[in-house]
Formats: sequence, C-alpha cells, structure tokens
Amino acid sequence: MGWAALPTLPMRMSDLIHRQILPLGHRPKLMQLQQVGKVFEGSVTALHDMSLAVHEGDFISLLGPSGCGKSTALRLVAGLSTPTAGRIQWEGGKGAGDLGVVFQEPTLMPWATVAENVFLPFRLRGKSLAAVKGEIDEALSLVGLSGFAGSYPRELSGGMKMRVSIARALVTNPRLILMDEPFAALDEITRHKLNTDLLALRERIGCTVIFVTHSVFESVFLSDRIIVMAARPGRVIEEVTVTAPYPRDEVFRTSPDYAAHCQVASLALRRAMGEAA
Amino acid sequence: MTATDLSKAPAANPLTPDREEARRLRAARIDRVAKWVLPALVFVIMIVGWDRLVVWNEIPHYILPSPGKVIETLVKDWAMLFDALLVTLQITLMALAVAVVGGVGLAVLFNQSRFAEMSFYPYAVILQVTPVVSIAPLIFIYVDNRMAGLLLSAWIVAFFPILANTTLGLNSTDHNLRDLFRIYGASRWQRLRYLQLPSALPYFLGGLRIAGGLSLIGAIVAEYVAGTGGIGSGLAFRILEASYRLNAPRMFAALLLIAVTGVVIFAGLSFLSYMLLRKWHESALKRET
Ligand SMILES: Nc1ncnc2c1ncn2[C@@H]1O[C@H](COP(=O)(O)OP(=O)(O)O)[C@@H](O)[C@H]1O
Ligand SMILES: [Mg+2]
Repeated sequence: MGWAALPTLPMRMSDLIHRQILPLGHRPKLMQLQQVGKVFEGSVTALHDMSLAVHEGDFISLLGPSGCGKSTALRLVAGLSTPTAGRIQWEGGKGAGDLGVVFQEPTLMPWATVAENVFLPFRLRGKSLAAVKGEIDEALSLVGLSGFAGSYPRELSGGMKMRVSIARALVTNPRLILMDEPFAALDEITRHKLNTDLLALRERIGCTVIFVTHSVFESVFLSDRIIVMAARPGRVIEEVTVTAPYPRDEVFRTSPDYAAHCQVASLALRRAMGEAA
Repeated sequence: MTATDLSKAPAANPLTPDREEARRLRAARIDRVAKWVLPALVFVIMIVGWDRLVVWNEIPHYILPSPGKVIETLVKDWAMLFDALLVTLQITLMALAVAVVGGVGLAVLFNQSRFAEMSFYPYAVILQVTPVVSIAPLIFIYVDNRMAGLLLSAWIVAFFPILANTTLGLNSTDHNLRDLFRIYGASRWQRLRYLQLPSALPYFLGGLRIAGGLSLIGAIVAEYVAGTGGIGSGLAFRILEASYRLNAPRMFAALLLIAVTGVVIFAGLSFLSYMLLRKWHESALKRET
C-alpha cells in the first residue's frame, strides 16, 4: 500500500490543496522563532535563544540527543506552551487549521473509526462529515489507506496507525505539519517505508514540515534543512543543508551523496554532543 | 553444524509440534466444558444435599423447607410474589436510572468545576460510607411519599460507584489527545463530548454493573425499613410478612426471586457493556489463544 506506487489522482477536482515547492532560497517565509527560550519552573532551561525561520515548502529536521529541547520547540510552535523569552511570529497571523501535528504515538481515538479519526479536525470546527467527505477520502488515499475508512484503530498495525495519524494531520491543508519522532517506535523496515512514502506525499501536496528525530540517517533522507541541537541547555548548534534533489527514494538511500551528507550531519551532531559534554 | 543442517532439523521431526498443538487444543476444550459443567455439578450436589438433609433429619418445613417445597410455594404463591417482584424491580430500575443521571451528572460537574468538586465531593463520600439502614429511617420521617423515600434510599447506595468510576474515566483521557484537541481549538464542551465522555465510557459501565446490584440491595433494605402501607408491597415486605407467620417456604421462594433478579440485572448490564465496547475496548475483545 505504498503512496509512491499510487496511480495519479482520479479525474475529479481534488479536495486538498496541492502546493508548488520552490527551490531553497526562493521560498516565501511562513513563520519564525525569534530568540525563543523556555525555562521550566524557573530552573530547567529546556530551550535557549532559538531562532529559526520556516519557509513554505521547507522540510526541516530538528536533530539532537534526547533532552535538547526538540519537543519543547515543537510544543512552542504548536502553541501548546508559551515561550518565556523571545517570540513566535506567523506571516499573516495564525488561523485555525494552520497546523497539523503527528506525535510519537499514533494518538488515535480507539472508539472511533479511521474515517472518524481523520474527520476530527473538521468536527472540532463544526463541519459535518458529509461536507468534508472528499477531503477525508483523499487524505486516506494519500496515505494508502483507502480501504480502511471503516476500520477501528485496534485492527491496524503500528505503521498503519501512524498513517492514519498523518492523514489526520494533513486533511485540513495545514500550512505547517509538526512531527515529533513519529516513526521512532516502529521497526526499521516500516520506518524506511514510511519515510519514502512521506516524501512521495510531500511531493504531491507540497506541505511544509518540521520533523523531530534523533536519527542522522532519517534526517538526511527526509529533509532539506537539518537543525542540529545540543542539550543542557537545549539550543541550536548549527544548520546543515541537504542539497540532494527530491524526489528521493531507495536509490538515494544507498548513494554516495547520501553517505556524504550523513557524514556531515554526524560530525555536526558530534560537535554538538562534544560541546555539551 | 552447517546452515543446511539447521534448515532440515525441524523437518526431521515433523510430528512434535502437531502433538503439542493437539494437547493444547484438548486442554482448551476441557476448560471450555468445565466452565459450565463444574458450577452445574456443584449446584446439583448442593440441592440434593439440602434435600437429603431435610428428609433424613425430618426437619419441619417452617424451620427449613426442602427445595421441592420451595418450588411448590413459588408456584402456589406466584401471583402474590410476582406482584411483589414487579414492585421491587420498579424501585430498583428507577433508582438505577436516577443513580446514572445523578452519578454521571455529578461526575461531569466535578470534572468541569474544581470548586464544585472541592465543595461537594466530601459529602458524596460521607453519604457513601454511612450505611443506608441508618439513614433510611430518617428519610422516611421527612419524606412523605413512600415511593420517593424508597427511591432516595436506593439512590444513595447506588450512585457512588457511578460517580467515582465516571470521574476517574473523565480524568483518564490520553494526554496527547488532549493536546491535539487544544491545537484544533476545541471548546470545553467539544472536549467533554468527543474526548472525555467516550474515554469514560468503559469506566462508567464498570460502575454501572456495581450500581445495578447495589440498587437492588438499596431497594430491599429501604423496604425493610419503610415497612407496609402506601404503594403495593415488594419482595422484602413479603419476606418480613412471611417471617412473622413462620412461613419459611415463602421466605425462601421470595429470596430465590431476589437472587435471580440480581443475577439477571448483572447479566443484562454486562451484556450492555459488551455491546457498547466490543468494537474497540480491550475488556470486550476476544483474544486468540
Ligand atoms: N514540562 C516540563 N517540566 C520541566 N522540565 C521539562 C518539561 N518538559 C521538558 N523538560 C525538560 O526540558 C529539557 C528538554 O526536553 P525535551 O524538549 O522534551 O527534549 P527532547 O524532545 O529533545 O528529548 C529536558 O531536560 C526535560 O527534562
Ligand atoms: Mg522529545
């Protein structure tokens, strides 16, 4: 059920917006963090002085050891917590449905079917199921779960549950999708498959993603910008740009180009760890 | 050993897993049958033992009636006992309904307002830990309507498990789902309706099963205290009346009806719970062994 292997969309108006991704450096700004910091209970500095501009079409990975403030940064962007320093600005303000989020766990409602789970963001905005049926069907087909609309989460494998979670995150055409180590709990084979499919999906709808991971290989494969972070206090150390062109697939995963980028990112990460030690 | 040897090893002894499998299936089959046969066997032994005890010791039926005598009385007094059963059942079910409304209502109120919880939760606990037999006489002094008094007594016994369980359920929502609802700008009401109430359903149903039994107990105890008069008489009143007349067979017959009612209520609520949860909740899922 790969997304990459899907035929082109059927001959009807598509319900989801398909955006064009411009090359790095030509992308309009979407939002930015300006010297954002977060201190918990007056003592733990989870994040210190983070500045980051996100552009439309960016696939950004936050890469770093655990405890370096990756989740904290994501929660700040999501508006789930407020910064204790600096500020977060959205171009043209932030509206409802601008964000899609995928957590490390699939976070599905077990009492609801796959379609009802994907319907959730719309339901909370007061829309009826009939009004957004097209969007839900298309989101499910994009993640390769067309035949599972009526299934319950418990009937699905871990990887399929994650696909439902991704469908729910993209169904509202969000301007930004946040993913916090979404594939960390999956086995390697499933993870590789989901990585490839996620890129194919991005190729089709042109979404902007901030992706948290502690895997160098995953970050290089997926993203065009890698933000390397260090712990105690959590902060940004440097940014690595992955110039390899999309679409990327299994061939890229075994290419010398990929290996070279992984080496660069690994060295950056080692420097970040070294500084922390 | 080479790789080839290893791959051939299981094939050399193909019967072992099958025999193991057959043994396991047989054990499972025995388990399935024993689950029904053993309690039935115990039942038969007890009835026969009871009957022999009465016959061999020539115990008079106003002390201990034989099982046959109990059934005979049940049939003979059926009209009267069935009317009494309907009265008891009516009070039980109404008390259960009020316990559901009151228990869930209070749980939602406590969940939505911390101040309401701080103010009233201690009194809910006090009401729960005070034995209903000691409150019921007071209730019947102040509440004129006998039906209302019975209902109130039964409700006091039954509402607490629903309140406690539903409260636990409303607070047991998944944290990530809560975050997700916040990100999508869900209102308080939407969070309650689409997240907390469904999360609380299995907990509520667990409380409901306990409350079903307690409603019956509450109804019976309240009737013992309330005594006669007013509306028609329930099973508890019939037992009291029979005991004054040393009519032990009728006491046993009424007791039998109460026990059966309790079992039917429990089974009915368990079935309801299964039907509501079978699609998604762990407790209702059949697992392959
Ligand atoms: N709610 C919180 N209260 C106190 N400390 C926290 C809280 N959340 C995170 N932290 C601390 O902030 C630091 C960064 O955490 P986090 O952002 O979760 O790191 P990461 O996701 O990179 O592993 C850690 O030291 C963690 O213990
Ligand atoms: Mg984290």
